[in-house]
Amino acid sequence: MTIKRIIRNLVLALLLAAAAGCATTGADGRDPFEGFNRAMYSFNDGFDNAIGKPVSTAYRDVIPGPVRGWVRNFFANIADLWNGANNLLQGKPADMVTDWARFAFNSTLGVFGINDVASDMGLEKHDEDFGQTFGRWGASDGAYIVWPFLGSSSVRDSAGLVFDLSLDPVLLHKPVRVRNAMTVLRATGKRADLLDASRILEEAALDKYVFQRDAYLQRRRNQVYDGNPPRASRETPLAEASEPAPESPTAVPAAEAPVARPDPAAIEAAVRLLEQPASPAVGTGG
Amino acid sequence: MFPMFVRFATVVATMAFIVAGGARAQAQAEIQAPDLLVKNVTLEVVDIILKDKDIQKGDRKKVIALIEAKVLPHFNFQAMTSSAVGRNWDKASADQKTRLIDEFKTLLVRTYSSALASYSNQKFDFRPLRAKPTDTDVTVNVRIMQSGSQPVTIDYDMEKRPGGWKVWDVRVGGISLVANYRTEFDNLIRESGIDGLIKALVAKNDSQGQSTVAGTQKK
Repeated sequence: MTIKRIIRNLVLALLLAAAAGCATTGADGRDPFEGFNRAMYSFNDGFDNAIGKPVSTAYRDVIPGPVRGWVRNFFANIADLWNGANNLLQGKPADMVTDWARFAFNSTLGVFGINDVASDMGLEKHDEDFGQTFGRWGASDGAYIVWPFLGSSSVRDSAGLVFDLSLDPVLLHKPVRVRNAMTVLRATGKRADLLDASRILEEAALDKYVFQRDAYLQRRRNQVYDGNPPRASRETPLAEASEPAPESPTAVPAAEAPVARPDPAAIEAAVRLLEQPASPAVGTGG
Repeated sequence: MFPMFVRFATVVATMAFIVAGGARAQAQAEIQAPDLLVKNVTLEVVDIILKDKDIQKGDRKKVIALIEAKVLPHFNFQAMTSSAVGRNWDKASADQKTRLIDEFKTLLVRTYSSALASYSNQKFDFRPLRAKPTDTDVTVNVRIMQSGSQPVTIDYDMEKRPGGWKVWDVRVGGISLVANYRTEFDNLIRESGIDGLIKALVAKNDSQGQSTVAGTQKK
């Protein structure tokens, strides 16, 4: 009953915030819902100040660094499964091999993924999701959207998020009690890792909302191009910089590959080593 | 006669070659290669941070002094500011330009000191420079390695100037610092002109100074 009331109040608060936010209208072409987004942003900010920041600061202060590392690695290891699948969908089989080799090593030698032994072997971690995959296939960001609790997104990344969340091994885990505990732990750990970054954002930005939005869009663009986006203008505001038409998905990696590719030796080692411990790894994923 | 001429010509050519080579070597010694510059400065600063007990305790003033001494000389703040202000730069008077550069510099140094203060012994991976020796505009890639996460890339966009290589933009994880400020600056100038932007920067820097002092007092 209390949970119902909390949810009802939450929905009310969101509606109120959205109504207040719609009074202001944005002029930025990338952000047609700026009024709504700003309302969501201040809601998220309020939630973060009330719960996110205090809880994750306590987590950081109470839990020793190495243990926080285990938690981070454990969830990062689970994520490597879908990182690999996304890399395959993006036409990067070598990266997929790296990701799944990482999963194989970390799940076994790394004891359920709590130690990132694969990184020490030179198998570098990638960070992929369906939003990036759609971007690689040529989808542009679309309008910027801020979701309650989930934060910055775009039309494209929201579509990606639907897949990310519905295929998330943690969210699919049963029983529900364990799933909830894991979800809270993962979110807390992630927020704790971002404590320094969010403090720097507060100090750097004149308008936190604009700063974070532009940073999000720049970062996503960089991720879609795996670290080598076409160079932007030195003078035009990001909103007006004409985005180069997305090239065909195969053309982009071919032209940009040399810098983005991980060490060929590492891939080779991965391929060689993957052949051995692949089968026991699958069962220990949790 | 003819063979003697050839020998003489060879000697002259060899000498010319040696002199030219020497001159080039001297020029290179004066201007440090951009990737080496980034590596040396980074390692030196990080080494000082890890050894300095005051900095470890959270003395921001000392970090700022360190940045001003070691890092600032290698940044071209004029280029950074004009690029961040963008198309409105030409509309600013000489006086406004000076104030914009000063305030933006203060803001960037504060932000940078905050980022440096949170450094805790992560490993760096200095990437080999992908540029021709004749290039005058290069990007130096550095990566910060962390277990369990994708490396964070830091790209320094650098330009060759008479006094050596100077940084005109820093991209962290693909986020260009200069480009990220451009929208904010553009909005402020549209709302309240260049003086409005200067005022906003001054206010930001003032509030920051106070919060920094409060922060250190608490500790």
